[in-house]
Amino acid sequence: MTRPVDPADPPRRVIVTSPRTAAVRRPPGRSAVQALDEQDRVGELLVRSLVRAQLALALRLLAALATLLGGLPLLFALAPSVRDVQVLGLPLPWLVLGVLVYPCLLAGGLVYLRLAERNERDFADLVERS
Amino acid sequence: MNGTTLPLLAVTLVVCATVGIGVYGLRLARTTSDFLVASRTVSPLWNASAIGGEYLSAASFLGIAGLVMAYGADALWFPVGFVAGYFVLLLLVAAPLRRSGAYTVPDFAEVRLGSQPLRRLCALTAVAIGLLYLVPQLQGAGLALRATTGAPVQVGAVLVAVVVTVNVAGGGMRSATFVQAFQYWLKLTALAVPAVFLLLAWQGDGRPALAGPAGPQFAATTSVRVDSGVRFVVQTPVQVVLDGQPLRLDPGPHHIERGSTVVFPAGAAVPHVDGLEAATGTAWVRPLSGAGGVEHPLYTTYALVLATFLGTMGLPHVLVRFYTNPDGRAARRTTLLVLALLGAFYLLPALYGALGRLYTPELLLTGQTDAVVLALPVAALSGPVGPLLQALLVSGAFAAFLSTSSGLLVTTAGVLAQDLLPAARTVRGFRVAAGVTGALALILALPAAALPLTQVVGLAFAVAAATFCPLLVLGIWWRGLTAPGAAAGLLVGGGLSAAAVTLTLTGAVSGGWPQALLAQPAAWTVPTSFAVMVGGSLLTRRSVPPGVGRTMLALHAPEGLGLRSGADRSSPTATARRSRRAARRSGRAADL
Repeated sequence: MTRPVDPADPPRRVIVTSPRTAAVRRPPGRSAVQALDEQDRVGELLVRSLVRAQLALALRLLAALATLLGGLPLLFALAPSVRDVQVLGLPLPWLVLGVLVYPCLLAGGLVYLRLAERNERDFADLVERS
Repeated sequence: MNGTTLPLLAVTLVVCATVGIGVYGLRLARTTSDFLVASRTVSPLWNASAIGGEYLSAASFLGIAGLVMAYGADALWFPVGFVAGYFVLLLLVAAPLRRSGAYTVPDFAEVRLGSQPLRRLCALTAVAIGLLYLVPQLQGAGLALRATTGAPVQVGAVLVAVVVTVNVAGGGMRSATFVQAFQYWLKLTALAVPAVFLLLAWQGDGRPALAGPAGPQFAATTSVRVDSGVRFVVQTPVQVVLDGQPLRLDPGPHHIERGSTVVFPAGAAVPHVDGLEAATGTAWVRPLSGAGGVEHPLYTTYALVLATFLGTMGLPHVLVRFYTNPDGRAARRTTLLVLALLGAFYLLPALYGALGRLYTPELLLTGQTDAVVLALPVAALSGPVGPLLQALLVSGAFAAFLSTSSGLLVTTAGVLAQDLLPAARTVRGFRVAAGVTGALALILALPAAALPLTQVVGLAFAVAAATFCPLLVLGIWWRGLTAPGAAAGLLVGGGLSAAAVTLTLTGAVSGGWPQALLAQPAAWTVPTSFAVMVGGSLLTRRSVPPGVGRTMLALHAPEGLGLRSGADRSSPTATARRSRRAARRSGRAADL
């Protein structure tokens, strides 16, 4: 049972004539949970893919933050007239920095939460299916 | 009943409530396991309230309004950064840090890189950040008490330092979650209710303009009492009454002795304290206008953004709170709620800052803009409403000093006792450490504040951003980080930040680019620290810890997959390390 799995030469299926059908569906060799626990190449790949997916997600949202919020001072510097625009009786910079930024950050956090948990669910499905 | 009774009553009530809840909670949670089990039943909303309660400090409650009043639109980046810092923390740190099982950054360094010297270096950095953050809390307390009762600044600082140290050393903060959560809601109420009255008063006065072409003016004949000697600059000649004697103030710098009273006529322009330039309403309302005399506003803004966005994750008292989440998922959900709670709170301080220019412009003369939140109700509202609301604000301010100082003291003293004081992993060791930390903070806080509260807090963020942010981010996302690389980054980032902070606080450098670069160092220290950490790790590639794959799995895999264990599974020393850490943590959990 503890023979390492070689991707080039997967373990051969054999016909089992036992009535224990639930056991038949389990592939021979080791489960992904075991692979993760023992850190062989399959386990290593699984972890790497999870970390990469989560990092890509975080970087995408960080890029959005850097552009939308981090771009504001540059916008004010390059287009000074924007600083004097009035919206709803408030100067635009005050409306954005004093009010709008907070719900936007909350919405961004909500989006991140859903996507990060989806990545984790995908990982869990992958691990539990295999 | 004179004017100081109500504020004193408010302070007494908040102190008694904090100590009382602490003592009551002490009886509820007597053992470590009580604490741990209780922490698992803390819902994300309670936990988020507690995080908010601990995070909203003197800088948030008093300081932001003062900075907005003095420097205008650019100061809005402080609260934005304080919240966005949590957003970045959510993206990069929240769940993996909780899954690492680390209680502090030194713990994380040990779990991830297994190096004792690095652990001690992290402990030293954590203590430095904790102290730098504690000092403005104590100064804020002194300032608040002086502004409302006229007591010398030292009184408030000593009061908060003693109450918090005794409370923490006596173990009275064990039910911290409950106390801190209560204090978040107290702070929100204390700032929101007077804001409604102030807005109504402004409406009732015919909505006087905030952004006109003129600078701040005395709306009516105003008598200004100077609590401490002040140097200020007069722009247009003005006829005043100084201690009963008529006096003409010509343009140029003037000095008023402590204890004097100056009466300005209605309509006179407000002379500004030396170092703060008078700004017209038009400039004040515009970002990047350099209102208040800020040089290189674009650089300053970006450096502040970097410091606050990246520094939040490295603050010791912020990190500890994540440990009370049951798992990584809950840590994320809690952080999201924190974003909502902080966002709601930070809608308010700018309002006080703006109205302060209308109703309490004399603070620009005395330089005590940090007191604007406390001074506004009495100045803008007539009748008994003003003093009552002021008492409410004082209670909120003291809740801010007490909660943040307690959180900082618990974590700083914990780190000091665990890692820096020899053989002191006992309750008595922790008490000694709490006493040492409290005394150190008080000694640093007693000299008069050189900078506005929020700017000192901003420096603490800058140090955290240049030290712990690279360590956490690279440690969580990059397998290649090594202990020597991390140590080099901490030393360079921490050393540069310490130099910048020292030069800024002592006022050794003034004017031009050097001052701008030192007052907001994050823009150059953070990239340097990242570069040194990455470069150093690449040069010492052989020291990548052997179990890094396993650690990565522990940091990132969701709980409940049937993996054999949590943080550090099955590396040869892991079991020993884990039991050692569990023992240490149980000692500290009881202290929390």
